Amino acid sequence: MLVSKQWLQEFVDVRQTSGQELADLITKSGIEVEGVEVRDAELNNIVVGRVLTKEKHPEADKLNVTTVDIGQAEPVQIVCGAPNVDVGQDVIVARVGARLPGIKIKRAKLRGVVSEGMICSLEELGFEKKYIREDEQDGIHTFRENVEPGQDVLEVLGMHDEILELGLTPNRSDCLSMYGVAHEVAGILNTKPVFPTVDVTEASETTAVEVRLDSEACSFYAAREIRDIVIAESPLWLKNRLIANGIRPINNVVDITNFVLLETGQPLHAFDAQKLGNQIVVRQATAGETFQTLDEVERTLDPSMLVITDGERPVALAGVMGGANTEVDATTTSIVLESAYFAPISVRKTSRVLGLRSDSSSRFEKGVDPRRVLLALDRAATLIAEVAGGTILAGTAQAGALQLEDHLIEASVSYINHRLGMEIEGTVMQDLLERLGLGVELSADALTVSVPTRRQDLMIPADLAEEVARLYGYDALTSSLPREASRGFLPKRNQHRRHIRRLLQGAGLSQAITYSLTSEQRAMQFNEQHDLHPVKLAMPISEARSTLRTSLIPGLLEVAQHNVARQHADLAYYELGSVYLQRDASLETLPLEQEMVAGLMVGLAEQHRVHGTHVKTDFFVMKGIVETLAEALDVSLTYESVKMPSMHPGRTARVFLNGESIGFVGQVHPGLSKEEYGLKEVYVFEVDAMALHSKEALVYQEISRFPSMTRDVAVVLDRSVTASEVETVITQAAGPLLQRVELFDVYTGENVREDQKSFAFSLRYQNKERTLVDEEVTTAHQQVVEALQSTFDAELRA
Amino acid sequence: MREQLEALRDEALQLVNQASTQKELNDVRIKYLGKKGPITEVLRGMGKLSAEERPVVGEIANAVRGVIQTELEQRLVDVKQQEMDAKLALEAIDVTLPGRPKQVGQAHLLQQVTDEIEDIFMGLGYTIAEGPEVEQDLFNFEMLNLPKDHPARDMQDSFYITDEILMRTHTSPVQARTMLASKGEPIRILCPGKVYRRDEDDATHSHQFMQVEGLVVGEDISMADLKGTLEAFVKQMFGEAREIRLRPSFFPFTEPSVEVDVSCFKCGGKGCNICKQTGWIEILGAGMVHPHVLEMAEYDSTKMSGFAFGMGIERIAMLKYGVDDIRHFYTNDVRFSEQF
Repeated sequence: MLVSKQWLQEFVDVRQTSGQELADLITKSGIEVEGVEVRDAELNNIVVGRVLTKEKHPEADKLNVTTVDIGQAEPVQIVCGAPNVDVGQDVIVARVGARLPGIKIKRAKLRGVVSEGMICSLEELGFEKKYIREDEQDGIHTFRENVEPGQDVLEVLGMHDEILELGLTPNRSDCLSMYGVAHEVAGILNTKPVFPTVDVTEASETTAVEVRLDSEACSFYAAREIRDIVIAESPLWLKNRLIANGIRPINNVVDITNFVLLETGQPLHAFDAQKLGNQIVVRQATAGETFQTLDEVERTLDPSMLVITDGERPVALAGVMGGANTEVDATTTSIVLESAYFAPISVRKTSRVLGLRSDSSSRFEKGVDPRRVLLALDRAATLIAEVAGGTILAGTAQAGALQLEDHLIEASVSYINHRLGMEIEGTVMQDLLERLGLGVELSADALTVSVPTRRQDLMIPADLAEEVARLYGYDALTSSLPREASRGFLPKRNQHRRHIRRLLQGAGLSQAITYSLTSEQRAMQFNEQHDLHPVKLAMPISEARSTLRTSLIPGLLEVAQHNVARQHADLAYYELGSVYLQRDASLETLPLEQEMVAGLMVGLAEQHRVHGTHVKTDFFVMKGIVETLAEALDVSLTYESVKMPSMHPGRTARVFLNGESIGFVGQVHPGLSKEEYGLKEVYVFEVDAMALHSKEALVYQEISRFPSMTRDVAVVLDRSVTASEVETVITQAAGPLLQRVELFDVYTGENVREDQKSFAFSLRYQNKERTLVDEEVTTAHQQVVEALQSTFDAELRA
Repeated sequence: MREQLEALRDEALQLVNQASTQKELNDVRIKYLGKKGPITEVLRGMGKLSAEERPVVGEIANAVRGVIQTELEQRLVDVKQQEMDAKLALEAIDVTLPGRPKQVGQAHLLQQVTDEIEDIFMGLGYTIAEGPEVEQDLFNFEMLNLPKDHPARDMQDSFYITDEILMRTHTSPVQARTMLASKGEPIRILCPGKVYRRDEDDATHSHQFMQVEGLVVGEDISMADLKGTLEAFVKQMFGEAREIRLRPSFFPFTEPSVEVDVSCFKCGGKGCNICKQTGWIEILGAGMVHPHVLEMAEYDSTKMSGFAFGMGIERIAMLKYGVDDIRHFYTNDVRFSEQF
């Protein structure tokens, strides 16, 4: 909402307060003033000039040499390049010494001819193009009104003004009008606002217009008829007001409806009476009904929309926009003026569905003040009769009823003080609330407040607490802390997360946070659970952010792609975040939000160039990270080769915890990583973060005093046998003395058949009760050897 | 014989002194003190001596042997030391060469800020509460005093999935859920998390961002408690010298509602480009929990009251570290992450 300080002055005395001071006061009291524009800040010495003579410039075809009366003893000579300059015109002259935005006017010689000033266009005064008449777009501005040479143009155009831009929160729609702002400012400045009285002079003839309401979405509708008007350009005062408030003048009738809208907040609409007829019926639109709005767009309506009709065809979309079929144009001589109360929800929906917002709809959808519906109608009728001539027929055609009663709030002084943590006297509260125009009765602690219809945001005692506080000022508020002590702690789940993060960071991975939304294709790329349904946004901004992820890997691949493309070839990242798993095809329940931890590594895992060492990231580097994590979190994981469409078929393992799959580790399929992400060899893991949690409480294990013995075993066996299979057999065969198994060599090549390989394990035996006897180790070890021979047909190596 | 022994002694001691390796010393030892050495020989020939001479010569011989022995051992210690020194000298390295550092990863900046805020509020007796990011309209809006068709829904254009399910637009639904679950009991929670709005990504907007929200419900909770709490937070987060200022504002779920400014931590309030010459920086929104919100969550609003506050973590991080583009948080560029 733009507020002209000059206009505001008509209702509240703000002469003693500068625009900026006013802005600060308003902001401090709750409505943020987003800017103050001083309209004449960069302008001075600009006067009305009357063109007396015009001759062609002797040296330049496109220039004219004029003499202009600027109200001084002698006319001045001005060279002018505008094509439309002519003798007899009243124009804008920037005198020698004048300032315009970015320009200072000096006496100059243009191609040898002296020029003492400049004839200006409105654009040169800072007006936007939309406010400039069609025929003056490329030339200078000419006044059609009565002005006198030498008059201050800024005065004539109402530019000694400051414009405050209010950033209104949705609850303060009462300030979408000058009246509303005047009430607010008067409250802040502690004065009384004054508003114009309206006296309608009616003709003897009574209007024949009749109104009927066929829908509950319109609770009240009123119309007045005005005859014998002359459509013309609006007078200066009216145009100035509209332009200052950001509205383009159109013609006198439309301009008055807009003026009264700005003044009172009540939207009005003028129909051409001849095109409309005498019938007005307000009803819901029918399915498929079409209608051309004033902006010349053909619109298809549906039954949720409210329309104004002439009994048959729609003539306006209620509260949103009028129709082309009853538009007021240059030939209009009589009008029907509408003022109504439309249900906010109805207007809001219609405007949303059609994507059509107007100054009218934005007010109706927040609820207009019922007390101003008839007031605005009469005010506009009077002004139209004044500005466009014409007579107002007797009577107001109307139907329905308005809720005009004040709303009563029963509050108490102690409640308000309690809520605020302040100690404000009841009489002070009374004064503050009365300044806002509320009726207040104070009786001991009881505070009974009657709220006029314009303040629909004030409903309950807490609302009054805010009104009191914002006018009293929060600077007076003391500070305290809640009195009761409370247990503050980090829940287990959060502790666990912090633990995972510390471990992965210690292992050299940095944390990434990526978007939860990705493309539909990427959303499902690394999750092959077949029962998942993609969770898609109804109205995404782009396809690339349209679907919720079911894996963290695509996001990390995007991070890698970004960095590798910027010469960072060695990367190690992890992310801890939710994936969204929807198994309900109806999508009516919330998806499962499963917290996963994923890692990505690419390039070198370790490199010390000066020392000549480097470790290239491979499957085992990535797996080592998962193992380290599991070890530190005291969970025991197993791994099995797996084939996933997006992963390397020979370098991917599924990760199991207690027999249940909790994720995977491996190389992203090189075809996919290269083509889609521009990455050659990239390793990833992803596991269920919350599963990585040992169920058992930690109990201290006594450190054995007795020495251990280590024996090695090396076997040659079939190539298809996996290390984990062998390890399982060893563990089972060795019995309770075995403390640890470690694979320390894998060999294929010379001396081993092509379909075979050699594994060498180191086994550590220990008895925690007593010193081991050589024989018992030999027995256990022999069992291991035999088990390997019988299970895998393994051959013992020397 | 005495002369003979003394000559032997002088000869041996000279050799001991000349020896520079353990081997040379060993040779000296074998030569003079060995079984076939001259001293042994002298001793062996003592049988030919008279009974008077025998102890005298024996004494001399033992003394000579003792001196050589002592000197040898002394010398051996020195030689060993020299040999060790020489060996270590050869092992010398350039200690100014770079080491082999273990790579350590960093927490994301947003995480660091979140952790810091969590820790501050845990110290004030809060616990952490969380809720789903895909949320029901009921919790995201309706239970927060934003019925369907409430004009304030315009303020946060949302990503809907169905008519009733959407990406949460703020962390406030966690408040509603926690209140329902707490069944009228006092609450003190902090709710960090990801939220989503239907915004085009640019330098100051992100369709996904992080918020942290606090809620306190109890008997006798007032605006003064809110102000004191936020003061404590701001001083811890931005420095002891910081002040706060409350400005009236509007949120559908609080009444009264305020915006909270902190005195500029760059210029201290004198006015600079960070605070746009005002001396104050807006950092969060807050207010007293709206009685309707309490009642919808089955709290008796005549007995219990509460305050709530919420802030954007990106905004705090951007202000605190001078980050100029919100997109940096989500591209995870190494050159950005490495700095924190």
